[in-house]
Amino acid sequence: MLAYVIRRGLYGVVTILGVLGLLYVLFFLYADPLDMAQRAVGEKAPPEVLQQWIENHGYDRPAHVQLVDHYVRMLTFDFGRSDADDAPIARRLREGAIPSLSFTLPTFALGLPLAIGLSLFVAYFRETYIDRAGVVMAVLAMSVSVLLYIIGGQFLLGKLLHWFPISGFDASPDVILRFIALPVLIGVVGGVGSDVRFYRTVFVEETNRDYVRTARAKGCGDGRIMARHVLRNAMIPILTRVVVAIPFLFTGSLLVESFFGIPGLGAMTVEAIQGNDFSTLRVMVYIGALAFVGFQILTDISYTLVDPRVRLG
Amino acid sequence: MGYVVSNVAVAVLVAGAFWVARSVRRSDLWRGAAVDLWRRRPVAIVVVGIYVAIGLLDSVSWVGGGGTAAGDLVAQHKPRSVIDRLFPESFKERSYSAPFATAEFYGGQPLGNPGRHVFGTDILGRDVLRLVLKGTRIALLIGGLTSLIVIPLALFFGICAGYFGGRIDDAVFFVMSTLASIPSLLLLIALIMAMGQGPVQVCIAMGVTSWVGFCRVVRGETFKLRELDYIQAARALGVSEARIILRHVLPNLMHLVVITFVLLFSGLVLSEAILAWLGIGIDGSWGQMIDQARDELARDPIVWWNLSAASAALFGLILAVNLLGDAVRDVLDPRTLREEP
Repeated sequence: MLAYVIRRGLYGVVTILGVLGLLYVLFFLYADPLDMAQRAVGEKAPPEVLQQWIENHGYDRPAHVQLVDHYVRMLTFDFGRSDADDAPIARRLREGAIPSLSFTLPTFALGLPLAIGLSLFVAYFRETYIDRAGVVMAVLAMSVSVLLYIIGGQFLLGKLLHWFPISGFDASPDVILRFIALPVLIGVVGGVGSDVRFYRTVFVEETNRDYVRTARAKGCGDGRIMARHVLRNAMIPILTRVVVAIPFLFTGSLLVESFFGIPGLGAMTVEAIQGNDFSTLRVMVYIGALAFVGFQILTDISYTLVDPRVRLG
Repeated sequence: MGYVVSNVAVAVLVAGAFWVARSVRRSDLWRGAAVDLWRRRPVAIVVVGIYVAIGLLDSVSWVGGGGTAAGDLVAQHKPRSVIDRLFPESFKERSYSAPFATAEFYGGQPLGNPGRHVFGTDILGRDVLRLVLKGTRIALLIGGLTSLIVIPLALFFGICAGYFGGRIDDAVFFVMSTLASIPSLLLLIALIMAMGQGPVQVCIAMGVTSWVGFCRVVRGETFKLRELDYIQAARALGVSEARIILRHVLPNLMHLVVITFVLLFSGLVLSEAILAWLGIGIDGSWGQMIDQARDELARDPIVWWNLSAASAALFGLILAVNLLGDAVRDVLDPRTLREEP
């Protein structure tokens, strides 16, 4: 087990080095510094200003110096300053984490039980009209663009019905609920369709197994079978899907955050895109990959916890 | 000369479709699957067919012909597609007008074409129905061109990794796990930021972010196929590796290609909507129209038809493709390809 974790960890490190290599190729080798400068400063900026920008951000150094510098700084978490406004990126990461988590965590905590509950319900009525209606609803829900959920939710619930403020954020405990309620609602509704469809397939497949028939033959009720036997045996696919979603709790949601003016990491990424802030974008991709690799290792370990048959070695 | 390329592409696509249809008819298995699919999802197939027809009509264009104002030399020397010809240049207003309105939405000036704009007009007075129809081509381009990048790439690397194993497998696996470990939207954005904007760049970026999932499936499936008796027999008989791959491995992966194509498609079109909103999408897409609606809903009274028309078109296509995708998977292969976690 320990040997496996170490080996898995080492492979994770290699993957991260690969990600950094890709980022280097994209942002230092492939992208043209002059083009980046033009996009950051402005198309019509005089050549000396562009040259100054390139020098200030170190894009004029020889390729191998940039390569070493890129790796060393990323691996030591020395993220430097933003290309757009020279603010230290590390500080903005710390500031953005709380607002991001304050709406991604509730979304996750509400969305997951809802999706699993609904799909257990639908799978319980498999091959009936309830099941078919459930699947159709799920497909309908996942065919709507996230953009429409956000725009529609803001318009209908915020502007017309005045249930929630249209946008804004305040982290003080007594008012935060008002501001995160609508983003959380939209996050839950937007994700529930594809989740229910996925989990339903898992559960229905599980109900066709022998142990379900055995349990029924012994007189076990259908509800108990679903809640105790099927749910537990379906833990591996559930865990796989859930853990993959966890890194996004940290990177936040690009769309929801900037639509609702939540000053989190997602909104920061959007700002970086719109301001052609390459150094911030690079850091966001790196952080996202880091979280993903970390949680991937945790998933593999968690398999042993939910399924004693899984032996890591 | 862009329109010539587009016309040739349409010709190639139509010829390819006929060739595929002929091959499907000749093979019992594929014909059975096609019949089964048609029986299960006739409506979805017809809807997708209509979208494809609109997209093709908008891709065939030529210079000249009627429908332009007499003195308008620019329009006369510009290639216009069939869709463009259905809506002549004069079919424009100055600004917003509601569906079937006879006067401008703000100000109440009389319209040039009262009561004839089915979905109204946008801020520049362009007919929304025409914009929606033209968006179809963009949506199909996103799904189609990206799949043309994804499928050969994934097949090549997946088969190499699965069939030859060893070092090649390690290398492919490393590239896959590297790409897979970056959240896909972030990777997509990073790629487009580095490559610059434009339809081709967006499709390439989407191709790079989405080939990994399919490659993994191909690799696993090839790995299984390689051990099967008939491939072992072919090898024992001295058939060359290239021939084994082309004759025995590749045809047995084709059903996965079809399923992946359909399942991939809706995700791609939906992500373009997000890119459009970030300002790095493709001009003229439905995503861009939805994005504009942010300001329009803040107006008073609100402008709702632009958003509704684009969303309805997007929703219709995605829903039809999603329903079709489920059926395609059930018909061709209910086990191997479950949804990616």
